Amino acid sequence: MTKLMIKEREVVVPGDIIAEGMNYLPSTGTYRQGQHIMASRMGIMRLEGKVVKIIPLAGKYLPRRGDVIIGKIIDVNIMAWRVETNSAYSAMLSVKDGTSSFVRRGADLTRIYAIGDYIITKIINVTSQKLVDLTMRGPGLKKLDGGRIIKVTPTKVPRIIGKEGSMVVMIKSLTNCDIMVGQNGIVWIKGEPKDEILAVETIRKIEDESHVSGLTDKIKNFLESAKR
Amino acid sequence: MNHSRKSHIIEYLNKDTRYDGRKLLEFRKFEFKQGIIKTAEGSAWVRLGDTEVIAGVKFELGQPYPDIPEEGTMMVNVELLPLSSPEFEPGPPGEWAVEVSRVVDRGIRESKVIDTRSLCVEKGKLVWNILIDICPINEAGNLLDVSGIAAYLALEDAKFPDREDDKVDYKKLTNKKLKLSGMPIPISVLKIGDKLIVDPIPEEESILDARLTVCTLNDKIISALQKGGGVPLNDKDISEMIDIAFKKAKEIRLKINKG
Amino acid sequence: MAYKKRSDGRKFDELRPIEAKLGVIARADGSAYFKIGNTEAYAAVYGPRDLYPRFLQNPEKGVLRCSYGMMAFAGSGDRVRPGPSRRSTEISTVTQRALSPVIDLDEFPNAVVDVYIQLSQTDAGSRCAGICAASMALADAGIVMKDMVAAVAVGKIDKTMIVDLDYEEEAFEGEVADIPIAIIPSSGEYTLLQMDGRIEKEDLMKALELGKEVCKKIVKIQRETIRENFKRSEK
Repeated sequence: MTKLMIKEREVVVPGDIIAEGMNYLPSTGTYRQGQHIMASRMGIMRLEGKVVKIIPLAGKYLPRRGDVIIGKIIDVNIMAWRVETNSAYSAMLSVKDGTSSFVRRGADLTRIYAIGDYIITKIINVTSQKLVDLTMRGPGLKKLDGGRIIKVTPTKVPRIIGKEGSMVVMIKSLTNCDIMVGQNGIVWIKGEPKDEILAVETIRKIEDESHVSGLTDKIKNFLESAKR
Repeated sequence: MNHSRKSHIIEYLNKDTRYDGRKLLEFRKFEFKQGIIKTAEGSAWVRLGDTEVIAGVKFELGQPYPDIPEEGTMMVNVELLPLSSPEFEPGPPGEWAVEVSRVVDRGIRESKVIDTRSLCVEKGKLVWNILIDICPINEAGNLLDVSGIAAYLALEDAKFPDREDDKVDYKKLTNKKLKLSGMPIPISVLKIGDKLIVDPIPEEESILDARLTVCTLNDKIISALQKGGGVPLNDKDISEMIDIAFKKAKEIRLKINKG
Repeated sequence: MAYKKRSDGRKFDELRPIEAKLGVIARADGSAYFKIGNTEAYAAVYGPRDLYPRFLQNPEKGVLRCSYGMMAFAGSGDRVRPGPSRRSTEISTVTQRALSPVIDLDEFPNAVVDVYIQLSQTDAGSRCAGICAASMALADAGIVMKDMVAAVAVGKIDKTMIVDLDYEEEAFEGEVADIPIAIIPSSGEYTLLQMDGRIEKEDLMKALELGKEVCKKIVKIQRETIRENFKRSEK
């Protein structure tokens, strides 16, 4: 006998029995205990063929190579900047990776990035002990001037960005704001006060309703009625 | 917070608005409940926006100080619980915890709303000491004002416990309340650039130039002052900030009286 | 002195009314509120985050750190002095042990998950209420965990087995055994086991069995609270 104990798209809690029997395969956020597949994270149950997985509803960001994130400069030393990444681990940005222009030895690095500055940056390496290296070499990577920073649940970043960026593109155009979403759950927004306030409200709404279907249309309606 | 983010907040203030869409001199939503803690002789829960605190009053019996043999005492303590904010660390109270405690304490003490003589049980031998503890559950800005309001509401709720000689029976509360002769309310007015705001959120607090906390007892009397922040204030600033504090405290008193 | 009827009219195996909430502390990574009778606990989870001092770090996996405290006005008698006491330090330790068997922090070497528990009022059972709140807060923080943890005190007053003792029962002037336990529901294993009082082995085993049964009710409430929290936002 093999059966699902929980419907697809339902919220699961750690320890919930998701499926009974050996026909299903446990994946992310689940584990097998005897005949059962159990949830090991709070999230939404998804079925891909016979593979059971959990889309987490919460959790800290875990740095991954290749991710574009928004970080905050927290320290400057002779050859590098230390960057806070909204995760359990801070990251290192070396002078070599920090800028494409020539930096004289002993130059004042705070003239490039000062403590408190936010940057949009890319992770180029993560070691097993979670030492994280960053680079500023790449399209779109830069210091973020002005604007405001908000934190969102990192597991909800894919919903805020949307398919191929569709959600964030829509928010940008309907609010006239400049918006950058880091994979680490840091969002930078810059616009006129009333537009920015609306953009923040919209992003909070996506976070709250990330597990609801038909979200894009819902958000579009929300933004259009707010503009009226 | 660095310069570019400060100037972004100032751009908002110049357009008479804030990060959360409020006006410069507008408070967030204010809610309160009294008598929520069964183990305290008086208690209050206060929420202002996302900032949320619980205040509790305990009565203790003790010997009076020799120089004031007919007077009980009061003390305010604010505990910055690491539970309530990622910025609070475990350990002995830091500068900010002590400052908040002392400013709230002075606002009540110096207003003389508690008649400390009414706390005397037996002259020179036995008096009531009143201990007001304030614990934030959510620290999301303006902790000082919220703590001061919660302290007052907990005092207003408090009833003396029963006693036998010098032993308190905490299981039995009497019907006797503290006689409070006014409603001291602290209001912090912040100066950022050349703008004045009230009820700050953490982003605003982190870039303030100056702060003046004004505790008023009613529409006339000031019972405590505390200047914060690194930028000096001139006479005109101070006069304006005090006027704002009187006005905002009056609004809070109105809401408290409505219940 | 025979114990025939509970002072608050409960059945011997009946829990006090429970109220639970999720996500009550905005700036925490996860949080929960758990109230049972007049015992009221808040729990906040911060992390995984940087762990200092460095010598506490574990290069194999993240560390769970728990801190239990009572608000100064939360005790039934005198004011509780702020700061750690022998009692609160011990409860912090047993709380950490009660929760860590279900927690998986393999992905977070050198980091820490901080759990802060605060009791705003107490009427016995405060460590158990704290553990119940903390377990929900950990789930809310998205921590990988194989199950929830539910906790309750069981005991024996005179000759009667009871669950979820209140202060009055703890202070009963006869033979009292007060046994706080925590359970991993899916395996039925115990992660917290303490006792104050005197009891025979046979009765202890009976008390544990009783505890296991009522923990099922507690974990049901914990799970429903978490699910409801997300159903609400759908509307």
